[in-house]
Amino acid sequence: MGSSQSAQEEQEYRALAERTGFSLDQIRNLHKRFKHLSHDEETLRKEDFDEISDLTPNPIRSQIIDAFFDKRNFGGNEVGRVQEIGFREFLTVMSHFRPLRQNLTEEGIERIRREKLRFLFNMHDKDSDGTITLDEYRSVVEELLSSSAAIEIETATAIADAAMLEVASVTVGEMAPGQVYEGITFEHFLEILKGVEIEAKMHVRFLNVDTTTVRCGKL
Amino acid sequence: MGMNWLLWSVLLVFLVFGSVPVGSDAGSDPDPDLHPDPPRDPHTPQHTPPHTPRRTFPVLTVQFQTVRKPFESALWILLASLLKLGFHIIPRFSSVVPESCVLIMVGLLVGALIKLLGETLPVLDTQLFFLVLLPPIILDAGYFLPIRPFGENLGTILVFAVVGTLWNSFFMGVVLYGVCLLEGSSQLAGVDLLACLLFSSIASAVDPVAVLAVFEEIHIHELLHILVFGESLLNDAVTVVLYHLFEEFAMMGEVTLVDVFLGVLCFFVVALGGVLVGAVYGLLAAITSRFTSHTRVIEPLFVFLYSYMAYLSAEVFHLSGIMALIACGVVMRPYVEANISHKSYTTIKYFLKMWSSLSETLIFIFLGVSTVAGPHTWNWTFVSATIVLCLLSRVLGVAGLTFFINKFRMVKLTGKDQFIVAYGGLRGAIAFSLAFLLSAEHFPMKNLFLTAIITVVFFTVFVQGMTIRPLVDLLAVKKKKETKFTINEEIHTQFLEHVLVGIEGVCGHYGHRHWKDKLGRLNASYLRRWLIVGERSQEPQLISFYNRLELEQALLVAESGTAGRLTPALPSSASLLAEKQKSVMNVSKEREQRIRKILRANLQKTSQRLRSYSRHALFLEEEEEDDWNEMKLQKQRLEMGRRMSHYLTVPANWQESPPLRRAKTESGNQVKESRPSAAVSVPIVSVESVPPSAPADSGMSPDKTADSPPQTVGGALKSLAGSGRGKGRKPSVTFALDVDEQKLPRCLSDPGPNKIDEEDEEHREWEV
Repeated sequence: MGSSQSAQEEQEYRALAERTGFSLDQIRNLHKRFKHLSHDEETLRKEDFDEISDLTPNPIRSQIIDAFFDKRNFGGNEVGRVQEIGFREFLTVMSHFRPLRQNLTEEGIERIRREKLRFLFNMHDKDSDGTITLDEYRSVVEELLSSSAAIEIETATAIADAAMLEVASVTVGEMAPGQVYEGITFEHFLEILKGVEIEAKMHVRFLNVDTTTVRCGKL
Repeated sequence: MGMNWLLWSVLLVFLVFGSVPVGSDAGSDPDPDLHPDPPRDPHTPQHTPPHTPRRTFPVLTVQFQTVRKPFESALWILLASLLKLGFHIIPRFSSVVPESCVLIMVGLLVGALIKLLGETLPVLDTQLFFLVLLPPIILDAGYFLPIRPFGENLGTILVFAVVGTLWNSFFMGVVLYGVCLLEGSSQLAGVDLLACLLFSSIASAVDPVAVLAVFEEIHIHELLHILVFGESLLNDAVTVVLYHLFEEFAMMGEVTLVDVFLGVLCFFVVALGGVLVGAVYGLLAAITSRFTSHTRVIEPLFVFLYSYMAYLSAEVFHLSGIMALIACGVVMRPYVEANISHKSYTTIKYFLKMWSSLSETLIFIFLGVSTVAGPHTWNWTFVSATIVLCLLSRVLGVAGLTFFINKFRMVKLTGKDQFIVAYGGLRGAIAFSLAFLLSAEHFPMKNLFLTAIITVVFFTVFVQGMTIRPLVDLLAVKKKKETKFTINEEIHTQFLEHVLVGIEGVCGHYGHRHWKDKLGRLNASYLRRWLIVGERSQEPQLISFYNRLELEQALLVAESGTAGRLTPALPSSASLLAEKQKSVMNVSKEREQRIRKILRANLQKTSQRLRSYSRHALFLEEEEEDDWNEMKLQKQRLEMGRRMSHYLTVPANWQESPPLRRAKTESGNQVKESRPSAAVSVPIVSVESVPPSAPADSGMSPDKTADSPPQTVGGALKSLAGSGRGKGRKPSVTFALDVDEQKLPRCLSDPGPNKIDEEDEEHREWEV
């Protein structure tokens, strides 16, 4: 690696830092991790994620992995899926998990909250139509419960149904007899999760990413 | 208002006259025969000389001596409880003055009166205090400790408890010593550094009893509550170590480095040993509860006994009894609650609340009485220096530690938070008792210390206790938010947890979340399977949560359903539209019954996160139940009143039904008011139940009747969802009901006779 390459990298890093809000150190760490995961290639593919041993016991691992390949999370307005992602997209997805900065205004906090919740919303809304339908919700609950053995599908369905009812009752309130509850829109999603302080909880400490201790043997 | 004063004066008179015979038998036991009893305590004629003329058979004799001790104890407890009663009857009073203040004042009054009458005063017996009065309060606190916020803030709490207390002790001790030296009067001459350090270690510990008593009434938000309260619990280990350490040093006279090192070691032994003892007993309790399915009646006894044994065992080795008790309660709770019956759970809850409430009352009263008893050595300098230093060291400690802690916290502690944490550091009876325990020979200045400690306690309880409430309002500190825990919040909170663990995995970050996740999985796969009987061991938390909600709704339904109302015969269904596949959720009476069976069989839905941990929680629940009763009545009326044509709109209208309106309009107790409303929407579904022999074209399989009612949730919900599988059935879907107008008369015509039988059966079983 010549010095020109690292200078170019530095510049890239700076651009990325500007864009995503990470610090240069964090970007460096994450890039190392990225290269480790992708086996020094330029892009990551789904199979690379499958190799991460820590993700295996996670009940929603497929949704997490899909989130990385979902164009909606890349900051633009595009929809759809991609097969492989570069470092820039990787970083953008990770930036959703940056901790809240100290001195933010109310609107700033609200904006960040929307971003984070949007990320979660996209994870649920698999067909990208802007609403979480009953089926999608059901599959969410099923996946959540999939880690324990003795759960039957109907249980998950019942829970999802009840949850959906709740959303409808909270957001729409009284419904006329012929009215139909379409699905959870993003605004409804925001409303039902008002009580949970997502913006405070949804964060990962990035500076502690220690790539040297990543265990290679277990992959 | 006049009635209340009358009641109070009656109580006071009662109290005084009651305490006179009590007071005449002070904490120690004088020989009753030698004791100059007031004339109303005659003896039986024990020493009748044999040659007296034959006396008539005594029809009525009075023999007070044999029952004296229990009688007096019972009388004290009765009077304390009556006082508590009186205190809450007066409406405005209790909102201004915290209960602890009133109780201390009453104690003072009683003590003064007893002294006036010339009797000896019952002093706060330290054995009594530590072995009988304190454990119930701690157990109550530990058993109902809200685990999630406690765990999330454990680091902060530990820092405050350990480092904070150490800082307080040393700072205050050293400065106090300096003050004593400077002052130079004869009274303070004998006070050396070690004595000062000992004194300050006693005086610097935040007291859980006082904190609980005051904080429960001000309803600040969870984080602050758990910080102060957690600190008061965990600093017991530090206090115990420091106390014994300085006591030993003071008696030995000199301190070497080895001793200091041993002291540090002792701290770890005390703290971790206490926790270990508690955890062991907790596990024993959990194992025992596995086998109690045939003797439900003594289940609560095991909980209490194991916890008490944990406390006593820890005390034997001078480990931290409080930490043992907390650890025991925390460890055993999830398993025990999954195993014991609903009634046992209620028993445990109410007994703990009752005992702890009683203990608290007695402690404060005795504190007042002991104050009057003395002996006191008043020294202006010492006492005022103590108070000032207490406040100062607390403020400095909290500020300094917060500055350091905030670097590691995600949710930073603001200045307001810090103020409340500092201001809420109340001292209480533990400090007093520890001072009382000092031996008078080694510490000739014991009376001085006692006086100072009592003053500090009074100051914190009265001044800080009374002003904290207006200050909280003034500073607009966040109050406890309504625990409107909905299914959605639960689902998404769990979802988020998994997402975060996953992202950390992708990042290669092994933070505490990783280990917590691992621990949780370990718990699920091993511990739960061994310690929880039956199928509940496999139940993930979401299911338990859902069960809990279902349970309440089912209770509602069951109780409203027992009015013999078997008529609703509509194929009602709560349905939510999915665009392409309009699925239908049908709820049947079957489901009700399944759920009722679950009521009987599985009960104990842990309300770990949903019950607040305040002493007053019980009061709120009663109000809630009243609400529900009314709601049921209203519902029944509604039900009777509006028939078919209204079925379409009833559920929707029920959003506005009395319970919701009531919940919305009732201010004040904000803890759980809104929950019924959230729960109301769903039971709508279950009330409009449909007999299994529903219209044939519904496509609902008749296998529902054939379903043998299984004992698990899975089964119940299977029936529920089984009916929902009729996807090809009725496309149009409404919010709560799927009603086809033409179907109505048909449905009404077949009410489903076997339903009635089953329901009766259910009733009978339910009564068991």
